[in-house]
Amino acid sequence: MYPRPFDYLVPSTKEEALDILAERGDEVKILAGGQSLIPMMKLRFASPATLVDINRLPNLNAIEIQNGHVRIQALARHADVVRSEVVKAENAAIASAAPWIADPLVRNLGTLCGSVAHHDPEGDWASVMLAVGAEVVAESRERSVQSHPGSDAQHVGGTRVIPIEDFLVDMFATALHPTELLTEVRIPRYARGGGDYQKLERKIGDYATVGVATHLELDDAGVITRAGIALTSVYYRNLKVPEAEAVLVGNAPSEGLFAEAAQIAKAACDPTDDVRGSAAYKRDIVRVFVERGLANSLAKAQG
Amino acid sequence: MRITFTINGVERTEDVEPRRLLVDFIRYQLALTGTHIGCDTTSCGVCTVLVDGIPIKSCTMFAVQVDGRTIKTVEGLKENGQLHPIQAAFKEEHGLQCGYCTPAMMLVGSKLIEENPNPTADEVRWAISGNLCRCTGYVNIVKAIQSAAAATNG
Repeated sequence: MYPRPFDYLVPSTKEEALDILAERGDEVKILAGGQSLIPMMKLRFASPATLVDINRLPNLNAIEIQNGHVRIQALARHADVVRSEVVKAENAAIASAAPWIADPLVRNLGTLCGSVAHHDPEGDWASVMLAVGAEVVAESRERSVQSHPGSDAQHVGGTRVIPIEDFLVDMFATALHPTELLTEVRIPRYARGGGDYQKLERKIGDYATVGVATHLELDDAGVITRAGIALTSVYYRNLKVPEAEAVLVGNAPSEGLFAEAAQIAKAACDPTDDVRGSAAYKRDIVRVFVERGLANSLAKAQG
Repeated sequence: MRITFTINGVERTEDVEPRRLLVDFIRYQLALTGTHIGCDTTSCGVCTVLVDGIPIKSCTMFAVQVDGRTIKTVEGLKENGQLHPIQAAFKEEHGLQCGYCTPAMMLVGSKLIEENPNPTADEVRWAISGNLCRCTGYVNIVKAIQSAAAATNG
């Protein structure tokens, strides 16, 4: 299996990368970890004319606290997320999911930002990002453009901060413009909260049969102030379940409340029968995982 | 595209087409056939090599990406004509049957025992969870890696 030939460009600065994107736009794919892109190129599902390797860009692999959020930059590998003390201290859902992304070898190269930008409908990270309310930062070269000769120049480009729900448009489709580079995701910090990722897989490295991301924030009285529930591999794309989140917010956590949210999530998903299991089986796993995930999230929030 | 890299301690410069996969580059252009091709779909891990000391699947990296980097393959494990402790342990504990997954298992194992001088069986199994053995040989592979850790780190 071999990709079609492509131009291979290795910018050494972010500005250089953005220039290439501004010039070549549509024909470019960005190579970060390559653990989804290269297999797709080998199958010729993806045949970019230009591959821009961003692995040599400096200062783009941080996982750190900045301005009230945790930022995970474009070249932070899954393995970096697994090891990150910032992630362990700051976000339980991300810490829970990280060791279950792919396998150890893929985790050494693949990136969280790349996974979000790729938006495979069975990817784990997009569900986690939906549950924790992440934002995506997209950068492009600032420049003046004229729509036609003689018209006033318009200023375009710069930095956009996009809520994850708006960013994930459809399977393999995002709000990222062809001239933009996804440079980081931002995850809001919380005072008292917890999260979890439950994943059923046939073997390490397989897609999830079912994945469930949960996130809870509590006030001082123990009432739920924010809830996130998102599902993997049981819909045509990663599925956030606002109806299930809504029954939690404003209430004190209880087994009965979690069971109610789990029933709503079970009804909201639409899995298919396949080699990984029947639709009915997957639906019931969603119910079990939402209940279990919320219980774990609560325990971490209270711990 | 011309790239310069170090493989098993030797610096080399080669011309390579950008779409050339690292595993094929190593096997066919550098004639180092200890790195195997299994699934060719990022699933089995038999093509594992170390790039700058990190185990990666060489079927899922382009050769041009290793420009300026350091690669180690199974051929680079032995030192001064002596088997690496991981190789000696795989031999001693019979950590292989058909041998197809063995170069990758040994490279992953050699990296693990550098980072974790005394891994538990669970830690070894976790570390090799991206590497498939289809002879059902995991028991002896785990024993071999633990044995190599003990031999290396006392």
